[in-house]
Amino acid sequence: MANNPAHTADHGHDHGHEPYGWRRWAYSTNHKDIGTMYLIFAVVAGLIGFYMSFMMRMELMYPGEQVFKNPHEFNVFVTAHGVIMIFFMVMPALIGGFGNWFVPLMIGAPDMAFPRMNNISFWLLVPAFLLLVGSAFVEGPPGGIGFGGGWTFYPPLSDVIGHPGPAMDMVIFALHLAGASSLLGAVNFITTIFNMRAPGMTMHKMPLFVWSILVTVFLLLLSLPVLAGCITMLLTDRNFGTVFYKVTGGGDPILFQHLFWFFGHPEVYILILPAFGIVSQVVSTFSNKPVFGYLGMAYAMVAIGGVGFVVWAHHMYTIGMNFEGRAYFMAATMVIAVPTGIKIFSWIATMWGGSIQYRVPMLWAIGFIFVFTVGGVTGVVLANVGVNVALHDTYYVVAHFHYTMSLGAVFGMFCGFYYWIGKMSGRPYPEGLAKLHFWLTFFGINLVFFPQHFLGLAGMPRRYQDYPDAFSGWNFVSSLGIIVTAVGVLVFLLILYKIFSSKEQAAVNPWGAGATTLEWTLPSPPNFHSYEQLPRIK
Amino acid sequence: MYRKISAAVATAIAVATSGSALATPRPWQLGMQEPVTSVAQGIYDLHNVLLVICVLIASFVLGLLLYIMVRFKASANPVPSKTTHNTFLEIVWTAVPILILVLIAIPSFKLLAHQAYAPKIDLTIKATGYQWYWGYEYPDDGISFDATMVQAEDLKDKSLRLMDTDNHLVIPAGKNIRLITTAADVIHAWAVFPFGVNINATPGRINEVWFRVDKTGTYYGHCNKICGANHAFMPIAVDVLSEKDYAAWLVEAKKKFAKVEETQAVKLAALAPAAR
Repeated sequence: MANNPAHTADHGHDHGHEPYGWRRWAYSTNHKDIGTMYLIFAVVAGLIGFYMSFMMRMELMYPGEQVFKNPHEFNVFVTAHGVIMIFFMVMPALIGGFGNWFVPLMIGAPDMAFPRMNNISFWLLVPAFLLLVGSAFVEGPPGGIGFGGGWTFYPPLSDVIGHPGPAMDMVIFALHLAGASSLLGAVNFITTIFNMRAPGMTMHKMPLFVWSILVTVFLLLLSLPVLAGCITMLLTDRNFGTVFYKVTGGGDPILFQHLFWFFGHPEVYILILPAFGIVSQVVSTFSNKPVFGYLGMAYAMVAIGGVGFVVWAHHMYTIGMNFEGRAYFMAATMVIAVPTGIKIFSWIATMWGGSIQYRVPMLWAIGFIFVFTVGGVTGVVLANVGVNVALHDTYYVVAHFHYTMSLGAVFGMFCGFYYWIGKMSGRPYPEGLAKLHFWLTFFGINLVFFPQHFLGLAGMPRRYQDYPDAFSGWNFVSSLGIIVTAVGVLVFLLILYKIFSSKEQAAVNPWGAGATTLEWTLPSPPNFHSYEQLPRIK
Repeated sequence: MYRKISAAVATAIAVATSGSALATPRPWQLGMQEPVTSVAQGIYDLHNVLLVICVLIASFVLGLLLYIMVRFKASANPVPSKTTHNTFLEIVWTAVPILILVLIAIPSFKLLAHQAYAPKIDLTIKATGYQWYWGYEYPDDGISFDATMVQAEDLKDKSLRLMDTDNHLVIPAGKNIRLITTAADVIHAWAVFPFGVNINATPGRINEVWFRVDKTGTYYGHCNKICGANHAFMPIAVDVLSEKDYAAWLVEAKKKFAKVEETQAVKLAALAPAAR
C-alpha cells in the first residue's frame, strides 16, 4: 500500500486534531472520555436506582399500603432497583468509569488496547438501560406492567406462567446488551493489562487497583457467557416452545438457579473487587506508606476470584439440595473468609506505623474497612447451612449484602471519586461539604441497614410490600435512615455543582509523597493523549 | 461451653428487650423467635455462638482502626515507617481465621446432619404452594384443604394481620412430622421460623423436611420466596394440638374436608358422560 498516494496523504492528517463537540463523545475512542461518560451514566442510573429504594423505604415505613397502589408495582421497584444498581450503577462506575480512566494511566499505556471497542462497550449500555427502564411501562403479569420477580428472575415466575407480557423479554434483552458491553470491556482490559504495560511495569509492580480490575474482568469473561446462555434459554422457553426450565416438558426450574448463580456469585465479587483496589490505593496514599503485603493482597484477590466460582449454590440452600451438596457448599463458602481477612488485616497493617492524613477519600476508605467487616462476619453466619435456613430470604440477607454492596461497593466508589475527581476534572472538590457528605451517608446508610439484621432474625421475609405489625418498629427506623441518606445524596449533587462551577486548578499531586502511582505525574486533567513518551519504571 | 455461650446470649437479648423470646415476632425484637423444635433450637444456639464470634471480630477490627487513627495520625507520627512485610504476622492472620472457621464448622456440620436426616416419621403432610395460598393434604387420612389469608377486617385479634389463615394446618404434639412441599404454578417457600423450617415449594419437584413440636399452641410462618404480586399475603398458621385434641380434630376434619373432595369427585363423574 506504500505506493498509494492518497493513503500516504491521509496519514498524518489526524495528528494534532482533537475531536470536539458531540463527535468527541459519541465517536470517542479516548479512554478518559469514555471513562467520563461511564461515570456520568453511573450517576444518572444511580440516582434512578436510589429513587426506587427511597420509594420502597417510604412504602415500608409503616405497615399497610403507603405509596404503591398494588403490590406488583412494589415488586417492580424491588427488581429494577437491584438490576439498575448492579448492572447500571456499580459496574459502570467502578469498571467502566474508574477502570477506563486509571488502568491505562497507572500502567503507563497510551490508551486501551481496542479504543473503538471501548466506544461500543459504553454505547451498548445506553440501549440496555433504556430497555430495562422501558420494560416497566409494558405488560408483565396479566393486568400489570413491568417485571416484578426480583433481580434473580427465577422461572416459572419469569416464564409465561408468571409474566406473559413483553416486559420480561425486554429485561432479558437489556441483560444481553449489558452483558455484551461488559464482555467487550473485559476483553479490552485483559489485552491492555497483559500487553500495554510501560517498560519496567512488571505484573508484580502493577498498582493494586490494576490487579483488582484484572481479576474482575476475568470473572466477567468467565461468568457472563453463562448468564447469557441462562437467560437465552429463558427467552426461548418464553417464546419458542423450548422446555429448558418447564417441568411439564421435562425441564427443571432449578437448572436456571444453578446457571444464574454460577454467574451471580462471581458477579458480587465483580462488584466489590474494584472497590478493594481503590481502597488499597487510598489507604496507602494517605498513610504515606507502601501497601503492606503487596503480593498477599494481589493474590488474595485472585483467590477470592477463584473460590468465588465454586460456591454458587450457597444462594440455594433451601431448594431441597442433598446433604453432601449443602455440606460442600458450606465448607467452600467459609474458605472465602480467609483471603478476605488477609485483605482487611493488610489494610490495617498498611495504616499501622503510617502518618495518616484524614482527607475525604481516607474517611471513605476507613469507613469501607469497617462496614465491609460487618458485612463479612454476617456472611460467615449465612454460610452455615443450618442457620441460613432460618435467615434465607429474610431481611438479614438484605442487611448482609447491602453492608457489602450498598455500603462496601458504594463507599469504594465515593472513595475513588474524591481521590481522583481533581485529576479527572482538573478542579478540587470542596473539602468541608465532602466531609459532610461522608458523615451523612455513613450515619444514614448504617441506620437503614443495621436494624434490618433484627428484622431478619425475627423472621421478616424480603420482597414484602406489607408486613405483620410486629415488624413496624425497626422498619420505621430503617426508613428514617434513608431520609438522612437522601440528604447526603443532595449534598453530593451540590458538590458536583461546586466542582464543575469552580475556577480553581487542581494540583498535579494534591496528596503528597504517599501518592506514588503514575497518574499523579500527569497534569490535572491529563492531556488528551496522556503520554507523549512512555514512562519508564525502575 | 457451647450451650453456655448460647444461653448467656439469649439471656442478654432477653434483658435488652425486657422479655424472653416468643414464638411470634414482637415489636422491637432483637433476636430470633423462640425455637420450639430441636432443629430450631440448634439454629438458635449456633446463631448465638456465631453472634459472639462476629461481635468479637468486628469489635477487634473497630478497636484496631480507632487506635491506629489516633496513634498514627500525621500530627502524632510525622515520619511513617517503611515496613511492608512481616511474615509471622501474615501467617497469623491467615491461620487464626482458618482455626476459627474450623471451630465454627464442627457444630455447624452437626446441625446440618440433624436437619438433613429425619428420625422415624409418624405423620406425613403435603403442602402445595399456589398463587397465593397454601393447600394441605394428609395423604394417610384422605383429607385436604386450602389455607387462605384472613383479611384484616375479618380478624378478631388485629395483631395477627397478615399472619392468620382461614384453615390452619393442624399437627399433633410430640410426633415426628414429615412435610413434603411442591407448587402448582411458581416457586414458593414454606417457612415457619419457630420450627427452624424454610423449604422451597417448586413446581414438578418434591422437597421434604421434618420437625417435631412438643409444645402445643399456634405458630405462624410466611411464604419466603417471591411468587408474584401477593407474595406477602399467603401466610402459614399451624396449630399444634395434644394427641387427644388432634384425634378429635381428625374426626371432625375427615367429615368437613373429605366431603368437599367427594362432592368434587361425584361432580366430575357426573360431568364426564356429558362431555362426551
